[in-house]
Amino acid sequence: MATSSERSPPPFPDSEDHDVLDSEEVGGRDSDEDDVGDELFTSAVNSPLTEHGSTPSPASQPSDVSMKPLRDILDDPLIEPLSSQTENKPTTEDASEPSDDFGNLTSNITDSPGDTAADATEIPLDKHADDFVDIFGVEAEAPRGKVVVADVTIETAAHKREAANDVTDPPGDRKTGSNDEEQEVKETSTDSIIDLSDDLPASDSQQPPPARDRFIDPLVNLLSDSPAASDAKIPSRATVDLFKDEGSDLFADPRQHKSAHQPQKSLLDEPDEDLFCESLWAASKKLVSKEPRGKPDATKAASNVSNTGGPLQEAADLFSQEAVTAVPGIKNASTVNSKTNGVHSEEEKEIFAEATVELSLDSPRDERRNDVSARPSASASALSAAASLAKSQSASLEELDEEEQEDKFEISISVKDPEKIGDGMNAYMAYKVTTQTQLAMFRYKTFTARRRFSDFLGLYEKLSEKHGPNGFIVPPPPEKSILGMTKVKVGKEDSSSADFVARRRAALERYLQRVVNHPSLLQDPDVREFLEREELPRAVGTQALSGAGFLKMINKATDAVSKMTIKMNESDVWFEEKLQEVESADQQFRKLHTLVESLVVHRKELSLNTASFAKSTAMLGSAEDNTALSRALSQLAEVEDKMEQLHQEQAANDTFSFAELIADYVRVVDHRMKAWQRWQDTQAALQKKKETEAKLLWANKPDKLQLAKEIAEWEVKVTQYERDFDKVSATVRKEVNRFDVRTLLFMHSRAQMKMTLMTDLYLLCDATERKGQELQKRDN
Amino acid sequence: MTSSIDESNKEKMRSVSVDLNHDASLLIDIPDALCERDKVKFTVHTKTTLSSFQKPDFSVPRQHEDFIWLHDTLVETEDYAGLIIPPAPPKPDFESPREKMHKLGEGEATMTKEEYTKMKQELEAEYLAVFKKTVQVHEVFLQRLSSHPFLSKDRNFQIFLEYDQDLTVRRKNAKEMFGGFFKNMVKSADEVLISGIKEVDDFFEQEKTFLLDYYSKIKDSTAKAEKMTRSHKNIADDYIHISATLSTLSADDTTANKKHLEKLADLFEKLRKVEGRVASDQELKLTELLRYYMRDIQAAKDLLYRRARALVDYENSNKALDKARLKSKDIPQAEQHQQQCLQKFDKLSDSGKKELTSFKGRRVVAFRKNLIEMAELEIKHAKNNVTLLQGCIDLLKSI
Repeated sequence: MATSSERSPPPFPDSEDHDVLDSEEVGGRDSDEDDVGDELFTSAVNSPLTEHGSTPSPASQPSDVSMKPLRDILDDPLIEPLSSQTENKPTTEDASEPSDDFGNLTSNITDSPGDTAADATEIPLDKHADDFVDIFGVEAEAPRGKVVVADVTIETAAHKREAANDVTDPPGDRKTGSNDEEQEVKETSTDSIIDLSDDLPASDSQQPPPARDRFIDPLVNLLSDSPAASDAKIPSRATVDLFKDEGSDLFADPRQHKSAHQPQKSLLDEPDEDLFCESLWAASKKLVSKEPRGKPDATKAASNVSNTGGPLQEAADLFSQEAVTAVPGIKNASTVNSKTNGVHSEEEKEIFAEATVELSLDSPRDERRNDVSARPSASASALSAAASLAKSQSASLEELDEEEQEDKFEISISVKDPEKIGDGMNAYMAYKVTTQTQLAMFRYKTFTARRRFSDFLGLYEKLSEKHGPNGFIVPPPPEKSILGMTKVKVGKEDSSSADFVARRRAALERYLQRVVNHPSLLQDPDVREFLEREELPRAVGTQALSGAGFLKMINKATDAVSKMTIKMNESDVWFEEKLQEVESADQQFRKLHTLVESLVVHRKELSLNTASFAKSTAMLGSAEDNTALSRALSQLAEVEDKMEQLHQEQAANDTFSFAELIADYVRVVDHRMKAWQRWQDTQAALQKKKETEAKLLWANKPDKLQLAKEIAEWEVKVTQYERDFDKVSATVRKEVNRFDVRTLLFMHSRAQMKMTLMTDLYLLCDATERKGQELQKRDN
Repeated sequence: MTSSIDESNKEKMRSVSVDLNHDASLLIDIPDALCERDKVKFTVHTKTTLSSFQKPDFSVPRQHEDFIWLHDTLVETEDYAGLIIPPAPPKPDFESPREKMHKLGEGEATMTKEEYTKMKQELEAEYLAVFKKTVQVHEVFLQRLSSHPFLSKDRNFQIFLEYDQDLTVRRKNAKEMFGGFFKNMVKSADEVLISGIKEVDDFFEQEKTFLLDYYSKIKDSTAKAEKMTRSHKNIADDYIHISATLSTLSADDTTANKKHLEKLADLFEKLRKVEGRVASDQELKLTELLRYYMRDIQAAKDLLYRRARALVDYENSNKALDKARLKSKDIPQAEQHQQQCLQKFDKLSDSGKKELTSFKGRRVVAFRKNLIEMAELEIKHAKNNVTLLQGCIDLLKSI
């Protein structure tokens, strides 16, 4: 993923690596951001610099200065907010003792030059900001302190401040709060946003973030709860329209005032340094944050640079979005115009690119909406590139809109740095699991843990134990490979074992991503523990060749047998039909899965064969004594070589998206079967008991009283299992719904991918043809 | 299982592997072929202006074994030792499609009816392709002969073309088969022995190294290309199953997904066709080309062997002459023998040089032609694929 690809990704970026399962929006965007993140972390730090060099401007100085802190922070990725600037962020936990914290903050922030402060004060802070200022009056001169505080505390302050005793997890509160208010919010969301847009000219910079957050949550709930989230869509569309109209008008002004003036000042000043540190810091976080933040933040960022807290971090988002391009754009701007222009053009491009990608990838259901919202917003955001709040608001809404059906968890996980620990057969690979999140349920924004493969398996065991029966799809971990691991253990640095580790690393990353993308699984304490805890108790029973493993095998076998013997002799026709439906779906999907697997196998074969043919052709070319023909043959070899890569990519794509997807489907159907079976079994048992009772009654035996009790128990059980089954069915329906969307998205992505491949192929063929013609000419 | 080839198809595939400049005086083609059990009966049609033939236009039925007979007699003719004898067409191999058909029949229960029909169609298409290919290689063999200045005058060749009864060439019996095998053994052993001989002519020395090297390379390439083609085929087959399963799913599905699944099934079906075409075109244009030239190079190598053999004979006769002179016995005899060997060797060298040069030209031309054609076809298929996928994307979007 560490491609240093600049932000002009092909129409369909690396989604292949990313499971479509990760998010509805399709890996494409995720990976985009990952890319950016990587860039930021690794090399990109240089890129703004280099860009700078090429366009020297007054701004170049600050940016240079900013480089250092940036790097520092990046090197020490924020596990503990060490630097003075980053100190501001942990407010999530700090919020419990705000005063203390802000004492710190202020003390730290006093260093940070007053320019930003001045700027911030210049802008009339809205009531929230005022609130904020009041509450933590200390930082009157240090608005910067609000960076994150704004995000978290203001919301809590606004809505739930008193209630927010459990401050370690304010968002959680906020969330539940909003859950409670779901209905209300649903109704108000439109209003509030309209208000916002009205307020915008008044540079109401603080309000939007909470509002948006509020808006997000209900949406999440709405969407995940109601498959047809039409309710939610309507308001949001309204707002989009609203912004489409107003956006540009409104922002002719703001653009110049807010984003141009003040930012510039601050940009050129020392605080800038802080700003960029933070932004980068936030950018890293941005990886974590999923879409909803993305665009709005990006746009907002520009305007907010000077404004107040939250924005700073959003500014970072801007960078992550705009990657390298936007940064220099802003920094280099020496005049209002140039600046807006620079950003404008860049962003325009960016946004358009994104818009199109989204268009093509979005599920048909979203489609229409996208057409409505994405385009206008794209152009709109292009217009107000320097990003006004309203703008960002609209963008955010639009984002929301697009991603309604998505799991909105601002978390991203990367698995990196596989490292061999130990020697011989006791050696194992440990992977660094880095989590970056916006979620307040985690104590830090970024943290890492070393985990070995069996830990991943252990997590799966726990999860599937807990959630499997409820009908959730617990994403499957990559399978154990004794052979591969043994090779790694024994072998030195040979390429096949390196390949194995690389593949496993990617699979683990996908696995974790899938887990955290599941709304329910993410809440699971085990998941949190897995991600956060330094040391994890050694997972047991995950070894392939152990007693536990053996037991598991037996269990599986029993499962299989019982599945075969499930006889649902149901008199009810409805159930009969359902059963058949479920069974045939199960069967078909299994078949499809096998087929796709074999397709993958064949593709791999093809790619292998193509590779060997390419090699062989190259040899033939070298043996050929006719120069033209020799060249033609080596070109053919080259083409075939590229084809081989295409085939390989395709095979990987098929595995990771198509096959995995179907496997998941199979799993869902499976759960339902099991629940059904349990229900039926109990019912049968109850029946038996009843019969015995009747017999006993008839025989007039004395122990019937006890039996009656038993029967009552069984009856309770039956009802319970029935409820279970209903629950599972409901969940499955929900899951399947999620799934349908995914399937569609997947199809799009796949077709897109294939098209890209084919276009490539076409180009290659074209090359071949040209080669042929050339050859012909030569020969003639 | 009986099939025949229609005229229109044949036109296209004629001389795919070799580009022959037809001499209008003798035109040969195989317009029709009939497959009965193991035997394939080709109708060999000849059109000629040459006076050595009785009629200007005639057709005769021939079997694969007749072709082999013709080839063998040509190889054995001493006069043609200096020529590259066109490689004999390989034996028609209908085993693999037949076997597959058998397997398919066994697995019928596991497939839906639709799937089975499609698989069957696919196999039939494959069978037909093999059949066409077989006809084509036989035709090419005859055309190579007819376009050759000397070989076209061969008596046996003319008989082969003209004799309107069944040639009823006697099948090789076991002894002859064994004899042939033994001969091959001797030949390869001899080749090894001869390889130690110092080459007198640079041209042949180079040619030999080149051909040996080239042969091993092209053999490798052929095998690889075959594998690759087969993989394409496998993928096409997978597509059939996937498409069928998807359509079953869509039939069961009652939700909004139904349409998508249908479309997807449709897409896979179309993709399958394209993939199948890719496979068969690659087979025809690439693999077949490589295969043919592999055999042709083998023929060229045989020529070199014959020449080397003659060279060895000549040197031996020189030695014999020296010995005879030493002993002053049978000198004229030895001298005569030496002269004969020299003559033969010189003749072989002369015609061999010519043949090899023309062979080189022919090879380049054929490669060029086929590669271009293949590239064109691949482009066509890729374009098709893109259109299909694009269309499907649009469809899915509009749902």
